[in-house]
Amino acid sequence: MRRRARQRETALAKQAVEGELNIDPMHQFEIKRLVPMDLGFVDLSFTNSALFTFIAIGLTIVFLWTAVSGHSLVPSRMQSVAESMYEFVRNMVRDTAGDEALKYFPYIFTLFVFILACNLLGMIPYSFTVTSHFAVTVFLALAVFISVTVIGFMKHGTHFLSFFWPSDAPAVMRPFLCLIEIISYFVRPVSHSIRLGANMMAGHAVLKVLGGFVGAMGVFGFLPILGITAMTLLEFVVAILQAYVFAILTCVYLNDSLNLH
Amino acid sequence: MEGSIVDGLKYAGAGLACIGMGGAAVGVGIIVGNFLSGALRNPAAAQGQTAMMFVGIALAEAMGIFSFLVALLLMFAL
Repeated sequence: MRRRARQRETALAKQAVEGELNIDPMHQFEIKRLVPMDLGFVDLSFTNSALFTFIAIGLTIVFLWTAVSGHSLVPSRMQSVAESMYEFVRNMVRDTAGDEALKYFPYIFTLFVFILACNLLGMIPYSFTVTSHFAVTVFLALAVFISVTVIGFMKHGTHFLSFFWPSDAPAVMRPFLCLIEIISYFVRPVSHSIRLGANMMAGHAVLKVLGGFVGAMGVFGFLPILGITAMTLLEFVVAILQAYVFAILTCVYLNDSLNLH
Repeated sequence: MEGSIVDGLKYAGAGLACIGMGGAAVGVGIIVGNFLSGALRNPAAAQGQTAMMFVGIALAEAMGIFSFLVALLLMFAL
């Protein structure tokens, strides 16, 4: 690893001397220790990732708190934003997973708002995108996976295993379909987490690469800037869409374990 | 020329894994295209099916994500 890092450094230095593209698109995802706290058996350092997680949570709390603190019948602007977010997620849960799933609405709303806050916070230049790290998204997706499985077993007991046995398929096909069902069930947390992380990471890296073109193209540097502007717009769409997709897939998984197909 | 053949093949493999993205692009395109053609025939029913479209997109995209995963594993894990 160290050898590779040194190679990259020398390559970057060479490029810098030649005055070419010298931007490392992955630099923005680097984790820095702000308050080092190595306890020997576990590294509890306060990193920039943790800082931005706290900022996202703090902004969410402040926003929702001030939005509903007036709780007037005719909502103010902020209150109507908060109410429409609430209604949006509530309708999504009810439409996808049924009335029974409304019990778990707070969890899905928390997930949606947290991911949305992290994604949008990452769109500020020089900030850090918490959700671009697989360590964060895998944790979120595993929490969903485990809780959905536990909910399924709590509601149906061992009958939940019939979810993997497609009883309306032709008898010859059933074992194969069962195998496919089991694989697709356990692959869920993988795709669920990597979708969010990869989308956030790839978009931000593309912005950086385009930024490198500005310097490399000299007089025609304004062309990539137009591209960056368009990409930034697209990134905002992706930031909101990925939070929505993460929440709606959680609803779909919840529906599977509550209603068994 | 420096570096080993294994390293070079790793990068080639990671690049080849990106072909999988084309499959994901075709899948997402078919889903959205079919959704639009259906929605234009019956706009009244389109509103309720938007969520289903996004779920379909997410599932089709998962296959592209796996190819990305293979590329990542080749680059950093193996």
